[in-house]
Amino acid sequence: MNIVVCIKQVPDTAEVRINPETGTLIREGVPSIINPFDLHAIEAGLFLKEKTGGKVTVLTMGPPQAETALREAIAMGADEGVLLSDRAFAGSDTWATSFTLSKAIAKLGADVILCGKQAIDGDTAQVGPETAEFLNIPHISYVRKIEDIANSSIRVQRLMDEGYDVVESALPVLLTVVRELNEPRLPSLKGKMAAKKAVIQTWGQADIMADANDLGLKGSPTQVKNIFSPEARSDRKILQGTPEEQVDALMQELRGIKCL
Amino acid sequence: MPVIINNDKCTGCEECIASCPVSAIEMKEGKAFINEYCEACMTCLNVCPEGAISEVEKEAHEGTDLQGYKGVWIFAEQRGGKVSSIAYELLGIGRKLADDRGAKLSTVLFGASESEAQELIRWGADSVYLSQEPILEEFNDEPYSQLLTSLIQEHKPETVLAGATPIGRSFFPRVAARIRTGLTADCTSLQIDKETGNLLQIRPAFGGNIMATILCPNNRPQMATVRPRVMKRGQYDENRKGEIITVRQEGLSSRTKVLETVKEVSDVAVNLQEANIIVSGGRGLGDAKGFQLIQELAELLGGAVGSSRAAVDSGWVPHRHQVGQTGKTVCPTVYFACGISGAVQHLVGMQSSDIIIAINKNPEAPIFNVATYGVVGDLYEIVPLLIKKIKEAKGA
Repeated sequence: MNIVVCIKQVPDTAEVRINPETGTLIREGVPSIINPFDLHAIEAGLFLKEKTGGKVTVLTMGPPQAETALREAIAMGADEGVLLSDRAFAGSDTWATSFTLSKAIAKLGADVILCGKQAIDGDTAQVGPETAEFLNIPHISYVRKIEDIANSSIRVQRLMDEGYDVVESALPVLLTVVRELNEPRLPSLKGKMAAKKAVIQTWGQADIMADANDLGLKGSPTQVKNIFSPEARSDRKILQGTPEEQVDALMQELRGIKCL
Repeated sequence: MPVIINNDKCTGCEECIASCPVSAIEMKEGKAFINEYCEACMTCLNVCPEGAISEVEKEAHEGTDLQGYKGVWIFAEQRGGKVSSIAYELLGIGRKLADDRGAKLSTVLFGASESEAQELIRWGADSVYLSQEPILEEFNDEPYSQLLTSLIQEHKPETVLAGATPIGRSFFPRVAARIRTGLTADCTSLQIDKETGNLLQIRPAFGGNIMATILCPNNRPQMATVRPRVMKRGQYDENRKGEIITVRQEGLSSRTKVLETVKEVSDVAVNLQEANIIVSGGRGLGDAKGFQLIQELAELLGGAVGSSRAAVDSGWVPHRHQVGQTGKTVCPTVYFACGISGAVQHLVGMQSSDIIIAINKNPEAPIFNVATYGVVGDLYEIVPLLIKKIKEAKGA
């Protein structure tokens, strides 16, 4: 079985801070990590390979340094890594990213494609389903359990707002996975050796035979207009005085809004 | 590249490098250089003291007739034949956007009854496209996206919204991919440019550290998913009339099949999301014991207990109490934030609350920016005093 896991190298957003004066992000010193949800996708890929045999290929799109993320995945047990890196890919929104990934996956060939449910820097959760549409294959989002896999079908639990659905799909299929699915393994010593030696293939626009109009900024329907910190509410009231007076004032407001 | 550096102006001061959220700027031969990581967020434009960074003007898509697209659509999702509450929230914001554009508001409803469609009209829809094909009763991505795609291609709405729920976030991307248009995820605020019709789609970015405004200027329809419990419902009018258009479509198919639907709801989640009053504690509590105080105030007011990420990360309270980007989004009548500094990732989960009361030592804490009432002081002084006075008031 051919298994492709799509991963993304992201800034560890839990470490990102805002400069209070400029309202901009302070990126300095923030480590780059494999998107945490993608670790669960890698683990799911390794789990499926152990069950059915086959090969796990990790795929990422990003700058040359994203190769590190692929090597980390190989250290966990993935067999191969492919890096999509080309200046033509820069500025991609979810449409262009999904299009680019789908071209690479079509070239690799896959029975099961795994993605984290979303990346922690963008939080869109759109690239998985959009990629499935471009590949014209079914997808199941928010997979929290893989119940069974056979030659031509898979049965999983899909997380919903108030519980879960048991869903069966034909293969090939794309799954986006949530944290509850599994506990990602740590890299083994053998894996680390393999990661060091692994030859990472780098593919650009020509390798996936894509039209420049469908890639990067040109292929992206959405644009970021601006980035900002939320503004202050105009009707706010700061209560003054001693703690006693402040609490009295608050009590009065609470009565006014019938909170008491 | 979406952004270009004017090498004559660039002094190599490296200001822009620290500002870039995605590490897309490097130094090459003493000048700034934009690499493949660039996500076109435009943050660096304002940071450069020399004005050496500028945006590459994007050409409009040839042949896209933006004028041919009219009206606002919302997708009303259902489970077990019952329309979900997010649909009524979407009708609230959808009505506003449609009125701003002088356009009609339509709803798309799959797999539910005509009486559910009537209810959508009473909540503000002008018309409902209702399809009762049996394959649409359960949620499967493929038939949902096939039918919505074909309806959009036929009727050409300008704006299409769905809830940022497991359903909307799963099948809307397929529709956007197929139609070749932009989709913005999980918006917390929407406005429309009355002239161009461009939707200003505002959403948290970078793990909720900052907000971004997204546009889709050259493609139609512009599509977005909207976070639940952020938008207010519209006006309910029992006598409101509208049109129900029955949609029949042959050939819908699905390669996935729902075998079983299992309900599983945590009590805390329900309490938090339905509570009229929420009392939340954060890092300022200092330890797990501080939550007893939060609990006491919440019980006294008949409210639920919430928390910031910092308090959960410190292990003071379980994750199911967390409010914010990676926790719950809540919209109570009154929200107490005690010892919570107010990082954007927390604010995006609670700033739609009607009244926000912030208690914090630090007068500069960002929580005061969203507060209705701010109390600058030690919560260990203020909250016990408040509890005492509420008890007195109740006793009297």
